[in-house]
Amino acid sequence: MILLTRLDGVQWSATGMIYFDQVTKRYGDTAALEGVTLSVAPKEFVSIVGHSGAGKTTLLKLLLAEESPSEGAVFFQSMNVNDLPSSALHHYRRKIGMVFQDFRLIPNKTAYENIAFAMEAAGRTDDEIASDVPYILALVNLADKTSHFPDQLSGGEKQRVAIGRAIINQPELIIADEPTGNLDPINTYEVVEILKKINELGTTIIIATHNKGVVDAIDKRVVTMDRGKLVRDDAGGKYVL
Amino acid sequence: MTWMTIKRVLVGGWKNFARGGAVSVATVIIMTVTLAIIGSLIFLSALLSFTLDSIKDKVDVSVYFVTTASESDILAVKDQLEKLPEVENVSYTSADDALTAFRARHATDQLTLQALDELGGNPLDASLEIRAKDPSEYDSIVSFLEASPALSTDGTSIVDRINYAQNKEVIDRLSLAIQATQEVGFAVVILFAIASILIAFATIRLAIYTARDEIAVMRLVGASNSYIRGPFVVAGVITGIIASTLVLLALWPATWYVGVETSEWFGGFNVASYYGSNFIFVFFIIMLSGIALGSAASVLAIRKYLKV
Repeated sequence: MILLTRLDGVQWSATGMIYFDQVTKRYGDTAALEGVTLSVAPKEFVSIVGHSGAGKTTLLKLLLAEESPSEGAVFFQSMNVNDLPSSALHHYRRKIGMVFQDFRLIPNKTAYENIAFAMEAAGRTDDEIASDVPYILALVNLADKTSHFPDQLSGGEKQRVAIGRAIINQPELIIADEPTGNLDPINTYEVVEILKKINELGTTIIIATHNKGVVDAIDKRVVTMDRGKLVRDDAGGKYVL
Repeated sequence: MTWMTIKRVLVGGWKNFARGGAVSVATVIIMTVTLAIIGSLIFLSALLSFTLDSIKDKVDVSVYFVTTASESDILAVKDQLEKLPEVENVSYTSADDALTAFRARHATDQLTLQALDELGGNPLDASLEIRAKDPSEYDSIVSFLEASPALSTDGTSIVDRINYAQNKEVIDRLSLAIQATQEVGFAVVILFAIASILIAFATIRLAIYTARDEIAVMRLVGASNSYIRGPFVVAGVITGIIASTLVLLALWPATWYVGVETSEWFGGFNVASYYGSNFIFVFFIIMLSGIALGSAASVLAIRKYLKV
């Protein structure tokens, strides 16, 4: 078992849920991440904060295996995600729910179909889809918008569809990249509350944001990044830049 | 792949196409133009073949026999010639038939007929008209005749003359012209086909490029590459089928409109009649081209967005 010591002195097991081991990511001569070591335990709610260009999104892309590290390794449940063959990536990604700032809904699918697509991709049956999707739509307060296409929904509604899609397969981890970046304060509050509830039900959540109000409202562990380096790891949930 | 997945891919492909709006319409239009060009090339190729065949039919070699040659000796030569693989057919014209044909041909030319009467008897030779499968093969047929001269029972040659030497230059030029026309025609057909296929490919690539973000999202929610690719390929096939149907429908009035003109200009080749009698062949060529183009272009275009 690999043990690492967080900046606040707490020791973490590398066999936890997620482990970044001395990860560096370079684009040409520019280092987007430099020697980042980070461990996340199951059921944690971690906020990653930092200015634009601090490396938050790169960190999440590495976790999703959208990018490969230039140095170091990224582990998910003790499995090096960069060792996964491309034919196995989709199985790995089914364990993770994604929420993006720009929602990334499929434009020619309705709210219902966008959520159902994640279930279809995971090979779930029509009966399961017919039973679960309406339930999730009701959970995110969109029961009356099932047939609406993304361009017929407000920003908050789109983000709630995206959250519905992220949780429909009951993933072990949800990654949210600036999920409130395009939302007004009321919708921001709703999204944060939904994410907190999901975490309370046992799902690990990693959120990248530079919204101080969001971080303070979550009031959980905060990892601060600056110019590609992990500069603070605060279990107390304080947003300090 | 299970039936459930196949059904989802088919439904997804249809929805992709139906909801594609202007992009779907543009792709169908470009594909229709492409297939119309391929269809035109079928007719062009048929027209070329018809014209060349007409010219080939006008070429033959005649072997004239001495007046003393018996019909059985001539027919024996005919049998030998018919066994040659290069020979398409051999027709026999007896001296009497040749005289009758001569008189009929010069029925209005009293001077010639009088001269013929003054000669008395039948001065014309019996002959065999040989038609080769290919004009370039007359050389070997004539060589055969010269190498194994037909002999009468008393051992003398019964062949009076072969008109090949006089026709050789014309036949050689014609063979060369036919070969050149076929090669150039084939090159033009291939060139046009490649150009139109590239245009269709580019259009489908553009349609899939507009969906690249959608493809990225599908990957991130855990869809397998084949599950992402499937609906796009189905949409490509639907595009191909619709475009093929439009071309096949449009060809009816188009060939009818130009049919009379082509018949007059090209010695009886009516494109409308050709389309009617070869509809199944044209249908399969156009339909298979449309489906193959739509699916292959989709598979190739989506490939780059499925990496990682």
